[in-house]
Amino acid sequence: MIRIFESAGRPFVAFVEEFGRILLLLISATAWLFRPPFRFRVVLKQMEFVGVKSITVVLITGAFTGMVLALQTYHGFRMFGGEGLVGSTLTLAITRELGPVFTALMVTGRAGSAMAAEIGTMKVTEQIDALYTMSVSPVQFLIMPRIVAGILMLPVLTVISDFIGIVGGYFVGVKLLNINSGIFMARIVEIVDLDDIFNGLIKSACFGLILALVGCYKGFYTTGGAEGVGKATTQSVVYASVAILISDYFLTSVMFR
Amino acid sequence: MIKLVKVSKSFKGQKVLDNLDLIVEPEKINIIIGRSGSGKSVLLKHIIGLIRPDSGQIFVDGIDITKINEKTFNEMRKKFGMLFQEAALFDSMTVGENVAFPIKEHRHLSQKKVDEIVNEKLIQVGLTNVAHKMPSELSGGMKKRVGLARAIALDPEIILFDEPTTGLDPIMCSAINNLIVQTQEHTKATCIVISHDIESTFKIAHKVAMLYHGKIIEEGIPGEVKVSGNPVVRQFIEGRQIEQSPKQK
Repeated sequence: MIRIFESAGRPFVAFVEEFGRILLLLISATAWLFRPPFRFRVVLKQMEFVGVKSITVVLITGAFTGMVLALQTYHGFRMFGGEGLVGSTLTLAITRELGPVFTALMVTGRAGSAMAAEIGTMKVTEQIDALYTMSVSPVQFLIMPRIVAGILMLPVLTVISDFIGIVGGYFVGVKLLNINSGIFMARIVEIVDLDDIFNGLIKSACFGLILALVGCYKGFYTTGGAEGVGKATTQSVVYASVAILISDYFLTSVMFR
Repeated sequence: MIKLVKVSKSFKGQKVLDNLDLIVEPEKINIIIGRSGSGKSVLLKHIIGLIRPDSGQIFVDGIDITKINEKTFNEMRKKFGMLFQEAALFDSMTVGENVAFPIKEHRHLSQKKVDEIVNEKLIQVGLTNVAHKMPSELSGGMKKRVGLARAIALDPEIILFDEPTTGLDPIMCSAINNLIVQTQEHTKATCIVISHDIESTFKIAHKVAMLYHGKIIEEGIPGEVKVSGNPVVRQFIEGRQIEQSPKQK
């Protein structure tokens, strides 16, 4: 009987342990943010990596999300003559949900996985030990800049994604499906609130924290050579994506009552 | 001076260091020999604080480093330089940036002065015109030389070498050994070298210690260790299979 409880409880204990380690890493990274030497150049380099280099993928994802949303909502609304609501509906969906979530998932696949792979490789090739021997904190040098970059750049990417998504939706709705341009825009202005956009951006900053923290954590605790790096990379994408979707529900339930 | 007193360390129930005592000769080349997997690298990582012991004391210049916090340890680590087994060069940086890294971190010098020191250290390890190259463009021997240049960039008092000749051809082994001797003579640093290369050990060491089953079973000047009566040491030196005692089987 005890053995059954033991084996049932083991994954829970492992989860709590892992969650605790992630939390400690976050606390340590936050503490290093306010301790010299301040590493502005390293942070900027990471912002370029997370932000600038993700623009293409975010543009493509955002544009097609808006386009397909316009297509789907148009067919639904047409049934009761509500085509004019396509613009506002897709704008609400994009700014509140799809922009932040899809951007975060795409950046997780591109930058979060790269963080886990790079830090993991540094771990198994003793480069992180080398940092310690040179009296340099790996948390300050490697992890803190990536977390800061994630938090700062995800909202920027989300703004780009939101904008291009609405443009894509406008193109499909107005140019291809012949919705009246004035009604399309007027409904957006009428129904969409600035809070919808801001709350979406707050969510995206939280997602940026999650994807960077999980990527760094998985890399930092990598063991077992090349196989371990591969495993850490895969796990970082899966864990971060799941965490983003779960946190999205709770953030939404708090923000959009 | 570095002194280890009754240091023990276990990983997942397996004892790697077992009440180990060791005194490192200052300003000399100290070589720790032992079979692969005997815990030599673990011992070295204890000395620089990358691993903390389960029990025992490690003194560096009279300070017990097992009792100090990470911040104090970071100051203490500035006395050390370490050459890792695979050099552990930062592969996102060029050779020059690798060597410059500890200098930029701990000394506030102009870029020109940093470049001068980098150049000087690279020449010291026998390398020229490589500062712009990436580590992936270098051979194993060259990587170790760059690793050594980075290790001595801050002129440390103590230099640790983790199996510096492993994986190199005999000519490169000899070159690295000469480099260790030259570096020690030039810097007067205390060198601790982990090795299982017997020939090199007796050629360059001032002091030899043999690690076996978590303990130092023999130590002394090379001449003494060479004629040791300890059967395990004899077997290791002569390259014969060390038989396990029934207890260890």
